[in-house]
Amino acid sequence: MAIKIVVNGQDLEVSVSPMKRLLDVLRQDCYLTGTKEGCGEGECGACSVLVDGEVINSCLVPVCQVEGSEIVTVEGLAENGKLVPVQEAFIKYGAAQCGICIPGMLMAAQALLDSKELSKQTPTRYEIREAIAGNLCRCTGYMKIVDAIEAAALSTLEKK
Amino acid sequence: MTVGQSVNRKEGRDKVTGAAKYVDDYHFQDIWYGKTVRSTVAHAQITGIEFLAGFDWSTVVLADYRDITSRNIVALIYDDQPLLAESLVRHVYEPILLIAAPTKELAELAAKHVHITYKKLPAVLTIEDSLSAEQKIFGDDNVFKSYTVTRGNVEDAFQSAEVVVEETYHVGHQEQLYIETNGIIATAKSDGTILIQGSMQCPYYVHRAIKELFGLPDEKVVVVQNVTGGGFGGKEEFPSVVAGHAALLAKKCGHPVKIVYERGEDFVASTKRHPAVIRHRTGLTRDGRLIAAEIDLTFDGGAYCTLSPVVLSRGVIHALGPYKCPNIRVTGKVVATNTPPNGAFRGFGVPQACFASEMHMENISRKLDISPVELRRKNMLHQGDYTLTGQQLTYSVGTQQVLDAVLERSDYLARRSHKQPELSNKRYGIGLSFYYHGGGFTGSGEEKIKGQAAVELTAEGTVRILTASTEIGQGTRTIFSQIVAQELGLRPEDVEFEENDTSKVPDSGPTVASRTCMVVGRVVQMAAASLKEEMAKRIASLAQCQASEIQFEGRHLLWQKDGEIISVSFAEAAERCMSRTGFLKTTAQYSSPPGIKWDDVTYSGDAYPVYAYAADVVEVEVDMDTFEVKILKVTTATDVGKAINPTLAEGQIEGGTVQALGYGLFEEVAWKDGKILNNRLTNYIIPTSLDIPDMETVLIENPYPYGPYGAKGIGELPMDGGAPALVAAIADAVGAVVTEIPATPERIMEAMEKLAVEA
Ligand code: FES
Ligand code: FES
Repeated sequence: MAIKIVVNGQDLEVSVSPMKRLLDVLRQDCYLTGTKEGCGEGECGACSVLVDGEVINSCLVPVCQVEGSEIVTVEGLAENGKLVPVQEAFIKYGAAQCGICIPGMLMAAQALLDSKELSKQTPTRYEIREAIAGNLCRCTGYMKIVDAIEAAALSTLEKK
Repeated sequence: MTVGQSVNRKEGRDKVTGAAKYVDDYHFQDIWYGKTVRSTVAHAQITGIEFLAGFDWSTVVLADYRDITSRNIVALIYDDQPLLAESLVRHVYEPILLIAAPTKELAELAAKHVHITYKKLPAVLTIEDSLSAEQKIFGDDNVFKSYTVTRGNVEDAFQSAEVVVEETYHVGHQEQLYIETNGIIATAKSDGTILIQGSMQCPYYVHRAIKELFGLPDEKVVVVQNVTGGGFGGKEEFPSVVAGHAALLAKKCGHPVKIVYERGEDFVASTKRHPAVIRHRTGLTRDGRLIAAEIDLTFDGGAYCTLSPVVLSRGVIHALGPYKCPNIRVTGKVVATNTPPNGAFRGFGVPQACFASEMHMENISRKLDISPVELRRKNMLHQGDYTLTGQQLTYSVGTQQVLDAVLERSDYLARRSHKQPELSNKRYGIGLSFYYHGGGFTGSGEEKIKGQAAVELTAEGTVRILTASTEIGQGTRTIFSQIVAQELGLRPEDVEFEENDTSKVPDSGPTVASRTCMVVGRVVQMAAASLKEEMAKRIASLAQCQASEIQFEGRHLLWQKDGEIISVSFAEAAERCMSRTGFLKTTAQYSSPPGIKWDDVTYSGDAYPVYAYAADVVEVEVDMDTFEVKILKVTTATDVGKAINPTLAEGQIEGGTVQALGYGLFEEVAWKDGKILNNRLTNYIIPTSLDIPDMETVLIENPYPYGPYGAKGIGELPMDGGAPALVAAIADAVGAVVTEIPATPERIMEAMEKLAVEA
């Protein structure tokens, strides 16, 4: 069955079973392997992507459910090779260690930064921790990730 | 100066853009998928394997032990573990049969149509059962390995002790839970070469394992490490199993074969931290000086030996903690059970030993009514003191500094004298731990391995490092490039890496044992120093000056001639150096610091070239109705020798500490008849960002003269002290000491009930 989705701004039509997991469609049919699988059951967040601006676990979603939606993966964050502030901050603050959780973590962070409330003030560290609570990281202990998101929030707000 | 700076992670950009390629991100046209059929019983004879009707068996390829052309072993220490079971299975999940198919789904479907029948044998499932040796599953006594270390006269010293404190501590399994599961792709080439790529810590371990399976010479096995999504020891020895399976299938089916475990399979199939029972009996003076100690450790090795003897050895050596006690006997055993083999996990025997020894300090401080701080101060090791193996500590002993720093930064003393809020069901508690961890291999290990690394000039006039030390998130590539850049007056970005491929890089020894920075980093530094010397020599002969006059600075080589400073860029100098030979490469090999002596027979002497030291303070709030624990704050102070990259060093400490807090508070494997009941992230709980508060991480630099720029190994150290500090904090809050982790609400309640009964 042909299913239309928009991935990282590109209109795509994929011929797959409608029940195929969005995660597999992205990795196998769109050749976007940046999105990772850590558990396959909605617990780790390694597969997080944005669907119409919301963070979702792509391992839990059959592709037919996102027909017509706009999907953003980690590959879609940077524009023409220019990293967005949260990516820059993850590098600068040492937020990525092994890196396997990072694509998902970045999507959760970006969703927080995009959220409306943030147009007025930066999130608290607790709010940042809440925003990434569905994204497990076994390497970092989360400190540097929270630091990075905090810094990215600040620089995003300053730009606004 | 680049050493000491928090330069950005070398592969950071790839990791934040999704460009980093992990094994599951590789796809080849004709790839097939491998599936492992495993035992469902703990101990049995295999009586039959049936291939059920209703599946077209011509669409898949099967392999079992008979397809192994040389030795059916996972080569490690005892070679007791078969790659595939033959007639006997010794634990649930033991691999028996392999299936390769063009799709993952087909391989899974085939596996559902295999029916294995067994004749069950009595299974040994606990340490106690194993020790009773009623059922023998390894040798005469079920003991894989035992050690005894003795100093002084223990019996006499106990006679003169004014107080004796005795307690037994229990710790369970812990899963490494790297977020990337194990995965390998194997390709069998027509000339007989086997190519392995995948997620791993130690390419040369896999290399050896594959050679043994198929009887191949070195050059016929090529192992390449892909970007690896976490290891923590879990990808030290275990990838040899996955690689062996994939290689066997690849040879048989003629396609590259990919095996990437799903989480549930990874959880049950892979090694875990050894459970342990540790008994302490300690004799003291009334004012709290240790004068006699007996410590007995029993580790559960599981069904096969894996690395258990070395895990136990490290546990035994660290059993007392960073304290002095003139009369001590430590005994340790690791026993066989019919459970999945346990293996390497960050800390490697020390988290178990450290939980017991630090909780014992907590118990002693309660019994003697001496503050935990005073007790530590009275007994801690200082420079010049001797450890339990009789090693005199002559340099880089940061014991006092880490303790002072953590107390000050956490405001421990003031906070400990807090008043509990009345009329609240919440109790505040604060706990301390103080610990150490030996860097590098135990005893003569490093001398046996003699790790190598090389550096070479590239055609572009930069420098390339050749090492088998893997980047698994801990920052190998970044710190090595800083070390080499520092030696040669370059920037870290001027340093690149040869692919981590056994056909291209020398064997630096495995990426384990907190040895990458301290041991291999030193070798890399030595290789860079010889490159520098050689370049200086060659340039000096061209420039007609003395090699010793040439400085390497700011990406240039500088010297004086007739009062004038002459400078050529590093790239140009590199080109000139290579003009005749076409290349310039220098290799270095590890040698122990002078004066290091170790006796494997008596287990005495310099167990490690140096130790790193740390102290943690954990603050908690315990709900007195539910006994739920909330961690409020964590402060750590660590003597790292020298932080090559402070951000990366902090990252190691913070990440390790959180794993340790998970170990102390939630992480527990539930078993029934040798089967794991919670092999999923829904029921095996690791810390989330909300379980962990902000942390303060204090780095203390007490240089180690034989490490690169003074650096010591700190990869594992932070895994040791988090659990005891946490449980000490719980004890401070509720008044009772939990002696078994994880400290679940049930265990806290039990400890309180026990205390009430005793009172
Ligand atoms: S893979 Fe989707 S949440 Fe873990
Ligand atoms: S960086 Fe390794 S899991 Fe997060």
